[in-house]
Amino acid sequence: MITFIFFLRRIAFSSVTLFVASIVIFAIIQILPGDPAQLILGMNAQADTLAALREQMGLNAPFYSRYFEWVLGIMVGDFGTSYTYSVPVSELILERLWISLPLAVMALSLSTLIAIPAGVIAASRHNKWPDVSIMGFTQLGIAIPNFWFAMLLVLVFAIKLQWMPAGGFAGWDAGIGAGILSLTLPAIALALPQASILARIMRSALLDVLAEDYMRTARAKGLTERMTLWRHGVRNAFIPVLTILGLQFSFLIAGTIIIENIFYLPGLGRLIFQAIAQRDLIVLQGLVLLLVAAVIFINLLVDAAYAMVDPRIKRAYHE
Amino acid sequence: MSEFDFQGERETWGDLGRKALRNRSFFIGALITGSVLFMALLSFFWTPFDVTALDIPNKLHWPDAVNWLGTDHFGRDVFSMLMVGARNSIAVAIVAVSIGMAIGVPLGAAAAASRSWGSDVIMRTNDFIFAFPSLLLAVLFTAIFGPSAINAMIAIGIFNIPVFARLAHGGSLALWQREFILSAQTSGKSRVRITVEHIMPNLLNILIVQGTIQFSLGILIEAGLSYLGLGTQPPDPSWGKMLSEAQTMMYFASYLAIFPGIAIVFAVLGLNLLGDGLRDIFDPKLRRGR
Repeated sequence: MITFIFFLRRIAFSSVTLFVASIVIFAIIQILPGDPAQLILGMNAQADTLAALREQMGLNAPFYSRYFEWVLGIMVGDFGTSYTYSVPVSELILERLWISLPLAVMALSLSTLIAIPAGVIAASRHNKWPDVSIMGFTQLGIAIPNFWFAMLLVLVFAIKLQWMPAGGFAGWDAGIGAGILSLTLPAIALALPQASILARIMRSALLDVLAEDYMRTARAKGLTERMTLWRHGVRNAFIPVLTILGLQFSFLIAGTIIIENIFYLPGLGRLIFQAIAQRDLIVLQGLVLLLVAAVIFINLLVDAAYAMVDPRIKRAYHE
Repeated sequence: MSEFDFQGERETWGDLGRKALRNRSFFIGALITGSVLFMALLSFFWTPFDVTALDIPNKLHWPDAVNWLGTDHFGRDVFSMLMVGARNSIAVAIVAVSIGMAIGVPLGAAAAASRSWGSDVIMRTNDFIFAFPSLLLAVLFTAIFGPSAINAMIAIGIFNIPVFARLAHGGSLALWQREFILSAQTSGKSRVRITVEHIMPNLLNILIVQGTIQFSLGILIEAGLSYLGLGTQPPDPSWGKMLSEAQTMMYFASYLAIFPGIAIVFAVLGLNLLGDGLRDIFDPKLRRGR
């Protein structure tokens, strides 16, 4: 019952956040300088043609009615029609999502696969050479901008060794292998800073847990060092790691804006960029709202996950 | 919350100084940060070459004794450009951190002191800004108000506000439970006065540490924005801009893609080490929230 109320409250709060976000996004993007009608027709357009197009695009309607039209449309899956591409925004987003989503998943899995073992090794060999060298690497990993790391990867693996494509995306039709190959370097570039942060969090969380009394109890009841570490240590250290994983998702989204530009990947990040350059406001506001919604949703999932892992969090929420 | 642990004796500046000398992170970090700052300051008076002078006949020279780090496609000296670029990066990061602190800290401390519906509003607004990915926010902001170093400062500054507000809020809440605050309350001091006289000085340590971290993040985001063409504008050199120009020339002038990146890593690494060191020095038990 408590769990149920907890989730209801979290969902309600997230919905309010999303609602406010939609207003803010709409307001911000509508003040972007540049007239979309002018952009479509060019600088030499006749005044009456411009006025007619503005009317047709609904740009003359008052702010609130344009907002409601937009939001109500989204609720039934209609994000409007792109000014520049003349296709439904939802179609445009869906098409690009098939590049950005696999990229994000690859980057997140890669960083988790590297960071968890690295963090565990560092914590269990605390202050010995594995710990010191892993911490040194993560310190470096955090300081390297992902776009520069991406350039270095291109320099080494695409230009010098020629193992991988330097950029571009042939499309999934060209085969899953080719698709994954063109997403590999971008995913590595995105994963590096994430993995560094995650490994440090894993290490410090595990170090905290290792100092707990129940760890000594576990050893005292005859569990081997390895079993104590994995069964009691790593499991309990996962709560802060989960929080950071949720936070990282939003960094990952931001990261794709730059990384997709470097590798010429036609994903959501590039779409944002093109939409800004072409003043394709309807695409821009739909995209930004979608990304913010994704961040809110992921954080909701993270909260739910650790309310299930750690009952104390639920109780704290009620007090 | 164990995140903000203010237990322990107050240390004198002498104690802190001795600890600083023994702390390796602090020492290396201070050395690196100091040298980056020195280069940036030096660039106001002297650079090996004039960064605005184009010298097309000397374009794309690989590093040699004259041009230590080579020249770019306009024949400009890369080393000189890096020096001036340091100045721009640091300026953007300093202003961004100042905006975040100047607005975030009073908001967070006020929210902790008042505990009314107003404080809820402040903290919820904070969570709200956090829902926007920082770089996305910065990209949107510079797209609306035009790409420039000033707008990059403001955009990164806005993203810093909730960071400092959260920190000040959490830190103040923990302090309000302490006995010396209670005794100040009993002596009849107002909540505003207690905040200014007792809370703020005790928050200084965690604020300095977080300030260093946000400073390094600011340099990273500024580089990213400039790389996208949304930060510092030409002809002012900036590290991010240099990298984006280098990208098209990687096949024949790879050195152009190497040095600005090393400069960024150097500056960020130095600040992070400095932050880690300061955290250990101020309070060994103090842990970062994130």
